[in-house]
Amino acid sequence: MPSSVMPTSKRGDGSPLPAAISTTGLRKSYGDKTVLDGIDLRIPAGSVFALLGPNGAGKTTTVQILSTLISADGGRAQVAGHDIATAPDAVRAAIGVTGQFSAVDGLITGEENMRLMADLHHLSKREGRRVTTELLERFDLTDAAKKPAQSYSGGMRRRLDIAMTLVGDPRIIFLDEPTTGLDPRSRHTMWQIIRELVTGGVTVFLTTQYLEEADELADRIAVLNNGGIAAEGTAEELKRLIPGGHVRLRFSDPAAYQGAAAALREVTRNDEALTLRIPSDGSQRELRSLLDWLDSAGVEADELTVHTPDLDDVFFAVTSSTVTGSTVPSRPGQHQEDVR
Amino acid sequence: MSSLSLAVRDSSTMLRRNLLHARRYPSMTLNLLLTPIVLLLLFVYIFGDVMSAGIGGGGADRSEYIAYLVPGILLMTIGSTTIGTAVSVSNDMTEGIIARFRTLAIHRGSVLIGHVIGSVLQALISVVLVGAVGVAIGFRSTDATFLEWIAAFGLLALFALALTWIAVGMGLISPNAEAAGNNAMPLIFLPLVSSTFVPIDAMPGWFQPIAEYQPFTPAIETLRGLLLGTEIGYNGWLAVLWCLGLAVLGYFWSTSTFKRDPK
Repeated sequence: MPSSVMPTSKRGDGSPLPAAISTTGLRKSYGDKTVLDGIDLRIPAGSVFALLGPNGAGKTTTVQILSTLISADGGRAQVAGHDIATAPDAVRAAIGVTGQFSAVDGLITGEENMRLMADLHHLSKREGRRVTTELLERFDLTDAAKKPAQSYSGGMRRRLDIAMTLVGDPRIIFLDEPTTGLDPRSRHTMWQIIRELVTGGVTVFLTTQYLEEADELADRIAVLNNGGIAAEGTAEELKRLIPGGHVRLRFSDPAAYQGAAAALREVTRNDEALTLRIPSDGSQRELRSLLDWLDSAGVEADELTVHTPDLDDVFFAVTSSTVTGSTVPSRPGQHQEDVR
Repeated sequence: MSSLSLAVRDSSTMLRRNLLHARRYPSMTLNLLLTPIVLLLLFVYIFGDVMSAGIGGGGADRSEYIAYLVPGILLMTIGSTTIGTAVSVSNDMTEGIIARFRTLAIHRGSVLIGHVIGSVLQALISVVLVGAVGVAIGFRSTDATFLEWIAAFGLLALFALALTWIAVGMGLISPNAEAAGNNAMPLIFLPLVSSTFVPIDAMPGWFQPIAEYQPFTPAIETLRGLLLGTEIGYNGWLAVLWCLGLAVLGYFWSTSTFKRDPK
């Protein structure tokens, strides 16, 4: 189901925003395995872009190529106005990268890690000290500054990682699954950090497996699947791509379930789970008429849930070619069986 | 910033990082010193009588064998410390921080150059420590001039540089630290089959070429000549050629491996 909503980001005066990152036909394969098969992206400066996709879809490969860590097999890409293939050092001077795996030196202290970054950005000693103190303070690491980084918790390590990325004031920041493995509190702290970055005018390129995260943070979202962009747009645009919401009725008594299924016609049945799905946009008006209709039909469900389409639906819809059969990814929600 | 001053600045930053590691975690460096020191003591105090008798053609006292042994042990110390180099390079490459370095606008080779200079310094410090043990048990240089001391030190530094670049390459191609340690084993094994412990002509005939045509033997013979006044002959040039050859080979091997896309 390849569908895409073309970006039309405009400034107030109608002129298009300059692209911080743009790619055309980006390709990469490892042996005979094609990881990226022609990726086209255009990410306006100052926005948050989220790249979403199942494990192994090529999110990390995309970040690695755009951050000059590995080279692409084909296609072109510009980051901060510089070609990644011909001017990698100009790209490197403009970006900050926080990879999927923590990129801190565990053997030295948090403060020494920061000073190392300051030295590698060729800051003066004084400037290096100032930036170190400021960022450690901002990321709540001042107390742990003198401890070796390998003694840090996952959340602290991640914060140090981002703090190191911010040395040298990069205008474009790549964050590869910045919240994977973090507890809910650390995740929210990380979201707050990312929002603050954007207020400062930084462009953020984010990859994530959490649809909620993309919904929460990103101006634009692209879903990567089978080496291509399966869908792209704002969260709202993506949600409009798939069929609307529904109300779900759950029964515990099979007889009541059969009776209701017979009485209500326009429903999708799930005989195993004893649930019925009725199309609905979730508005108050529609719900009232639905409830009236259920009353008049004498249907008494044990549980009624209203389901509006969320990014999970989009995700499962556009990546369905890989999730059919036995490999349906498990998720805590209860709606995946409903997506068609 | 010119590319040379960029290279110097970034390499010295990386060197500081490596020295910080070595200072904070000295246990590996010290562990690697154990092999040469234990072998030195073993051959002097346990096998010493037989060895001394063999070297001097009978009747030689132990101090003569100590003199014979120490130059080889010093070079073995370098081989031993560079195993640590291979392990720490391999360890480093598995860390995310290297990916971060690769995405910074820094001199590409600085990561490796930092490792190499750090390791050469560690090797030289190790040589001094093992040398001190040698002196403590009775090693004395016989009438080496100041210039000969300088030359001896220069040879040790050059030898350390050569083995370190090879060890860096071994560390880079190894998937993990254990593999790196195993791949670097020849660096400690080669001095065992050189003229460290017994003269080449005391070995079986079929084995003599193996002992003779390898980098340790000419370096050992040269060091002996400088410190003890024995005949150096063509060994001096041979040692320098071995060192330069290995250093250049190791340099190109390591830098081209490092430049490749990481897996």
